Amino acid sequence: MGIERICVIGSGAIGSLYAGHLGGSGVAEVCVLTRREEHARALNEQGLRVTGKSDLHASLTAASEPGELPDFDLGIVATKATDLEETASRLEGRFPGAVMMTVQNGLGAEETMLRHGDWRLISAVTFMSGNRHGDTEVEYELDTSTWLGPYAPTETPFEVVREVAELLIASGLEAEAMPDLLPAQWSKLIFNAAVNGVAALTELPHVSAFASESAPSDLGHVVHGLIDEGVAVATAAGIDLHDDPWEMNERAVATGETGHGDYAHLPSMLEDVLARRPTEVDAISGALVAEGERLGVPTPLNAAVRRLVRGKEMSWRRDTGAASTPVEEVRK
Amino acid sequence: MRVCVVGCGAIGSLFAAHLGQLDDIEVWAYDPAQPHVDAINAGGLRVSGVSDLVARVRATSDAGEIPPCELGVVAVKGMHTESAMEATAHAFSDGAVCSVQNGVGNEEIIAEHAPRVIRGTTFPAGHIVEPGHVEQDTGGKTWIGPFEPKPASMEEVEALAEALNRGGFETLAMEDARGAQWTKLIFNAATNPIGALTGLPHGVACDQPALRALITGLVDEAKAVAEAQGIELDSDPDELVDHGREVAYNHKASMLQDVLARRPTEIDQLCGGIVRFGRESGVPTPLNETARALVKGLEHSWTVETPEEGAAR
Repeated sequence: MGIERICVIGSGAIGSLYAGHLGGSGVAEVCVLTRREEHARALNEQGLRVTGKSDLHASLTAASEPGELPDFDLGIVATKATDLEETASRLEGRFPGAVMMTVQNGLGAEETMLRHGDWRLISAVTFMSGNRHGDTEVEYELDTSTWLGPYAPTETPFEVVREVAELLIASGLEAEAMPDLLPAQWSKLIFNAAVNGVAALTELPHVSAFASESAPSDLGHVVHGLIDEGVAVATAAGIDLHDDPWEMNERAVATGETGHGDYAHLPSMLEDVLARRPTEVDAISGALVAEGERLGVPTPLNAAVRRLVRGKEMSWRRDTGAASTPVEEVRK
Repeated sequence: MRVCVVGCGAIGSLFAAHLGQLDDIEVWAYDPAQPHVDAINAGGLRVSGVSDLVARVRATSDAGEIPPCELGVVAVKGMHTESAMEATAHAFSDGAVCSVQNGVGNEEIIAEHAPRVIRGTTFPAGHIVEPGHVEQDTGGKTWIGPFEPKPASMEEVEALAEALNRGGFETLAMEDARGAQWTKLIFNAATNPIGALTGLPHGVACDQPALRALITGLVDEAKAVAEAQGIELDSDPDELVDHGREVAYNHKASMLQDVLARRPTEIDQLCGGIVRFGRESGVPTPLNETARALVKGLEHSWTVETPEEGAAR
């Protein structure tokens, strides 16, 4: 379709990695929608530097108001799952010709977008990671892939998905276009529900204990139990998983993903816990539990993790005196 | 009669101070905290709050000083039972030793060091105000009975109960004290990890239907284990949970206090004990296993350096 103008919506670590690569490599004209006005100003003035696994500098247009954004062909929606509803509502009625690609963790991002516009959608999951250093620098940490596929209900042509994948690869990122993303999306969902949930509650980075099952008390049993429940839900949903989530877990702790044995990844949900931000547990564990309920597959362990993480969020809202929302059963 | 209280923290101090009211009983207290020991020896052991008394107790941090005793009362935290018994075993070479600790598994350890063992469960709670001074926060009963694999005689059990009752500490001597022990075990194992993992006080957690349901899930697993073990519970632990909400809404579970202070918790004696007995009886306990592993993981996290800034995935 000739994608020349890309808007990255959300400028956290993941959004910054897309914006920095696509803009810095020159494969597209890039604009960024930020949450804070001063972030947009800093990006307009200084651009965005990518360090770590890449060395790039992108000149960008940035705005904190959707009305100030130039028109674009592709929107990469890279907010946290918890911020998606608000972001999508701000985009309502805008950019009708654009294709939107959602990269949120968990399930349900596509449905959230479609409640606010009839964009054609691309489903995506990403395994890359980065660290923001201030508003104008992002360090490319894990150079792992983004998987993308057409979101079937919007009849997005696979050709468009391939074009986006090629652009990402040309910009220096890893990407793979898939005719059906669901098997990969579910592999990641099940992996995230287990690993991120356990990390959030134990406050452990993704260390080797997550895959250890030699002693009866090892943490690996819990991770495996959570994954087994998720696999049972996926099987009932007729999904033939792209990757075995337990093997993903073993691989991740065996090599530390960077090849350094002593490296342990900090799952984003633990990062949220340490910063006392709302977590994505509803979009991840909550989605798995809801799917299990729909399909009649019990998920007591995932439900327990979700309840505990929600309880933990509540405890620090109480500490700061902020209004508490109850630990509900139904995901939003 | 000579009695030694092993571990003179809040609970041990309540036992020592009540026994210390009696003229016919010589009370010793063994505790590693030297300031606490010195204060007790200088001015007596003081209890305020629910009880108000000062007791003459001979305290020491040197186990070698403890003379032979007819009875022992072990009140250390579960993870210290082994080392405390190793140090004091010589004093009980012909004595009966009673655990008044949380959870299960402590009597088994005591039995490796003492000839006769008493199973015990106590409900009163307190906290140390300053060295030599404990505040008793709640009253309640204590249940004791022979520990079957290596039992003390009923005479010994009754002698300890009689002394405690006379000292003002309500105690019931029973042939089978497992019902009381498991009732408290199940209550603690279902509520403590919820507090430890979420940071929420007991009543606040109970008011969240999702967390209250999780507590019931933990309770139900443990009840099935108790039933398979032929243990008849004193009361329904699930009702104790609601009762606790009424009387201790803002109470932070002791395991949460341990977590906040980054101290090892008693999860192995609580959920870990239920898991172990469940395995023995062929009763699945997935929620208790999960709670145990998560709390152990949380303890493990204090030894792992967390990167300052992380990455999203």
